[in-house]
Amino acid sequence: MTEAIDLAVIDRTLVQKVVPGRWEKMLSCIQCGTCSASCPAAHAMDLSPRRMWRMVQLGMIEEVLRSKSIWLCSLCYTCHVRCPRGIPLTETIVRLKELAIERGIVSSPQSDAFYRTFADVMRRYGRMREVEFMARYFLASNPLAALGFARLGLKMLARGKIGLEVPRLGGKGRLDRLFQRVAELEGQK
Amino acid sequence: MKYIFYPGCSQEGTAREYRDSTLAVLQALGAEVQELKDWTCCGASVAPVMSDLLGLVLPARNLALAEQQGNGRDVLTVCSACYTNFRRTAATLAIDRSLHDKVNQALEVEGLTYQGKVTARHLLDILANDFGPEAIRARVQKPLEGLTVAPYYGCQTVRPYSPHDNPQRPTSMLPILEALGVKVHRHPREASCCGTSLLMTKPEVGLTMVSAVLAACEGADCIVTVCPMCHMNLDAYQDKVSHLLGRTVRIPVVHLPQLMGLAFGLPEESLGLRRHVTPVDLKF
Repeated sequence: MTEAIDLAVIDRTLVQKVVPGRWEKMLSCIQCGTCSASCPAAHAMDLSPRRMWRMVQLGMIEEVLRSKSIWLCSLCYTCHVRCPRGIPLTETIVRLKELAIERGIVSSPQSDAFYRTFADVMRRYGRMREVEFMARYFLASNPLAALGFARLGLKMLARGKIGLEVPRLGGKGRLDRLFQRVAELEGQK
Repeated sequence: MKYIFYPGCSQEGTAREYRDSTLAVLQALGAEVQELKDWTCCGASVAPVMSDLLGLVLPARNLALAEQQGNGRDVLTVCSACYTNFRRTAATLAIDRSLHDKVNQALEVEGLTYQGKVTARHLLDILANDFGPEAIRARVQKPLEGLTVAPYYGCQTVRPYSPHDNPQRPTSMLPILEALGVKVHRHPREASCCGTSLLMTKPEVGLTMVSAVLAACEGADCIVTVCPMCHMNLDAYQDKVSHLLGRTVRIPVVHLPQLMGLAFGLPEESLGLRRHVTPVDLKF
């Protein structure tokens, strides 16, 4: 005998943060699996995209945030354009990543270091400084992995593709005020 | 044709040759291009994850500058991630008045207001539709006959905010390539994902994605890209892909304007073909 799930009793506090204004849309998922079949990283995921969206429908957001799957999404938007229900899947994954970072859930230390370091370099200089970013990212995530990139780094240096710049860690950042203002406005919501 | 140019961060670093060749080719076609002053990062794929609002404010800051400086000109972008951020921001704010107001409240600290009056366009769209194959063919001095080229669009160039091509089976590069005189190597991975930042955060997964694209392009003399991220991933990881596949994979990867510059007979120095990790040695 099958057990009916009463969607009315699902705790939607977290779901609403992930799918603001899109709850009805999310409920229209028919579990066809087009997303899983389209995803170029599905083979490496602990939760397949189809399973993940079912869990979102059921309000199991904590479990989804703890999965590695969201961090394997490269924003290629293939599932997004193919979803027969027109659910904006890729942008919902971005919201899931945001919620994981906000709640301090680190299921992928490399991704966590990647996003935080990138955001900090962006705030500081206003523009990305690729070499400084890479150096700081490897230090924060896995210094040993840097060895795997060392050969490539030397090649790129030789071709003039990258140059060395002196990091400027102290003082005011170019986008400090804008980042600060955004944080204040977000705090008001 | 007049444009306001948003280079994007990689154009000052790893992909400087993409910017140089873009400017050289557009000049050859008679376009007037003016760089956006005081531009900052579009936020890449990172800002929207750090905060929904920040992911809209950073692109909006540059769009607001373009409205100030551009005199109604379209914004030319060469990076598909910048392009997508600009188009996503414009589309999102166009239908959400309160969010638009909130973005402008943030931009106050920069003394800017975003009105929603400017259009961001991708280089490929501009080449295919503002100039088109006839104007391009007219400028060709050395047809690249005998060269077989695999087009690679990647993902965000054509989806989901791009009205200029089919999001899954794009074709806009074909008339341009034919105008240059090359033979086109069609393949099933033209609009697949290059793996983007997974090459750094999850290298084993990213490499499977890069290798799928490179394997599909085998047989071509070179791959042509229209995004600095796609270019980096396809160009820089061929040693690792060779190791993964157990055979040598070595295919030069060039930016579309570099290939056009060769056909236009532009000086090689302005095209930066020696800056790539996989040596570019094309015979035609």
